[in-house]
Amino acid sequence: MAMNAQTPNSFRNQPDERGHFGQFGGRYVAETLMPLILDLETEYRKAKADPAFQAEFDDLLEHYVGRPSPLYFAPRLTEELGGAQVWFKRDELNHTGAHKINNCIGQILLAIRMGKTRIIAETGAGQHGVATATVCARFGLPCVIFMGATDVERQKPNVFRMKLLGAEVVPVTAGAGTLKDAMNEALRDWVANVHNTFYIIGTAAGPHPYPELVRDFQSVIGKEARAQMLARTGRLPDLLVAAIGGGSNAIGLFHPFLDDASVRMLGVEAAGHGLDREHAASLAGGRPGILHGNKTYLLQDEDGQIIEGHSISAGLDYPGIGPEHSWLKEIGRVDYTSVTDTEALDAFQLLCRTEGIIPALEPAHAIAAVKKVAPTMGKDQIILANLCGRGDKDIFSVAEHLGVKL
Amino acid sequence: MSRLSSAFSKGRPALVTFVTGGDPTPDATAAILDALVEGGADVIELGMPFTDPMADGPAIQLANLRSLGAGTKTADILAIATAFRARHPEVPLVLMGYANPMTIRGSNWFAAECVKAGVDGVICVDIPPEEDAELGPALRAAGISLIRLATPTTDHARLPAVLEGSSGFLYYVSVAGITGMQQAAQASIDEAVARIKQSATIPVAVGFGVRTPEQAAAIARVADGVVVGSALVDLVAKHGTNAAGPVKELTAALANAVHSARKGAL
Repeated sequence: MAMNAQTPNSFRNQPDERGHFGQFGGRYVAETLMPLILDLETEYRKAKADPAFQAEFDDLLEHYVGRPSPLYFAPRLTEELGGAQVWFKRDELNHTGAHKINNCIGQILLAIRMGKTRIIAETGAGQHGVATATVCARFGLPCVIFMGATDVERQKPNVFRMKLLGAEVVPVTAGAGTLKDAMNEALRDWVANVHNTFYIIGTAAGPHPYPELVRDFQSVIGKEARAQMLARTGRLPDLLVAAIGGGSNAIGLFHPFLDDASVRMLGVEAAGHGLDREHAASLAGGRPGILHGNKTYLLQDEDGQIIEGHSISAGLDYPGIGPEHSWLKEIGRVDYTSVTDTEALDAFQLLCRTEGIIPALEPAHAIAAVKKVAPTMGKDQIILANLCGRGDKDIFSVAEHLGVKL
Repeated sequence: MSRLSSAFSKGRPALVTFVTGGDPTPDATAAILDALVEGGADVIELGMPFTDPMADGPAIQLANLRSLGAGTKTADILAIATAFRARHPEVPLVLMGYANPMTIRGSNWFAAECVKAGVDGVICVDIPPEEDAELGPALRAAGISLIRLATPTTDHARLPAVLEGSSGFLYYVSVAGITGMQQAAQASIDEAVARIKQSATIPVAVGFGVRTPEQAAAIARVADGVVVGSALVDLVAKHGTNAAGPVKELTAALANAVHSARKGAL
């Protein structure tokens, strides 16, 4: 089996030493945070080169998270769609029910390495908040989660989970009280407590080195999937599909395959009520700008004021996207599409019925894209989609959308 | 001598005042800016509203929302600045805000608009020296001062990078935190200003958390300037379109305290 060695022309050498992915990424933060961001980068470089750090990360992923996650061929969905073979990377089987925990394990080990004694995080749907609260409990560090007041109201079970895990949940009433406002408030807390506090950012966005380190921690998904697919089928998949909010599960799956020229990739944004109405598809409906520490595609008006995203999936409901995706779109290595709330809801039910798997609404967007593209491909071709989270958290909102009273 | 240099060359410390443009409405801002000038402010910072003011505390966050809620556009801010320059040919005017509204049409566009509007300097909260290319070269080429922030976390090794390419004055943020909250201990401000002034050839103004004439006077004894924002913005929040009177009153008290701080008058 050929290793996909990095060449000078590799797609896997980003970002540059200043944290830029082409024109995207960077470090657009207040001066107070800048020295800490530089420290974090230095410490991350050391950790990356330290076999003991990698060994501890791997050990926790195996015995605490439950990795490697299975690679699963979905026979009845494949038959139903009547085209390419559909396979899933089962990251919904991880401890805490989503891919988010991979990144949290990596970041809390970094926090401990840096001697930080307090953890903060933002959360939208609550999955990253739960994963952060989980690793804080595991390592005995105090944890403060910022969550938009609107989201606190719509995600009560996850709020309760975080509290059970010992975290303090701070409802954020600023702005519209959703994910971007939670991120603003986390940044404000961080600026005021920079001496002892580590900010565990939940997606592959934010100031450098976050997009890089979150990608590296999430790349376990793609590394495993690549090896598993070769072992099971003797070949690489023809198409990778993953949902994108900030884009951490997608970049985690895509990155190890970027230099495999035969592998096409499709990122799926949330088109909400439709691209001509309210949505959260930053690449399809936004343009480059600067927010939350990085330059990337953003939903914004002509003056650069940020527009709230909308998606049925609270995890995709963010007006930006990780900067590496913006770069991969611009250079054309990855294709991006979007699916609506309704299409995601249909795909959610399709997977339940055909495979006995209740997906989260985030990967339901990926499944909706698979549903469209699989029938156009040959039966000898392989689609690998990332099943990045399970749907337990979403049954209440799905019931509501289907008009069912629980 | 530039307007900004003059403001710091009056043989006494300068009072720098901040309000958010378009708060409570674009039309109401002119009278509030006039009140700052009449009250004795030496430098006027006009905030450009942004949906996501990450470095600001509750007072200025709400001011941003009030301004945007009133429909304030970038064009309104530039019009406010242009009109201010016509009324006050000698008073330095600085735009303060976040990177995205400043750079969305390109940094050259923004720098040219600043020149047209008679703006003297720009403070951009979220463009550190590491990302200077985003805005700095365009402003310098246009003759607009880029006013950078230094903070308690800006150590001796880093300070030269912050000073490089900045002009007008250096804005020392006295606390690691957001605007309008607790003020730093005076002793730490004294120490920091003394340290920074060893490296800085431009004036050093100190802000964040300065609310009262007494606090302002204490800072003015060591710094070249004192910046007050949230306390004035709070008055705009309370009095709305009738804020000019109370704003002038507080500004006068602050100006008196700052201007006379080194005479031992307080």
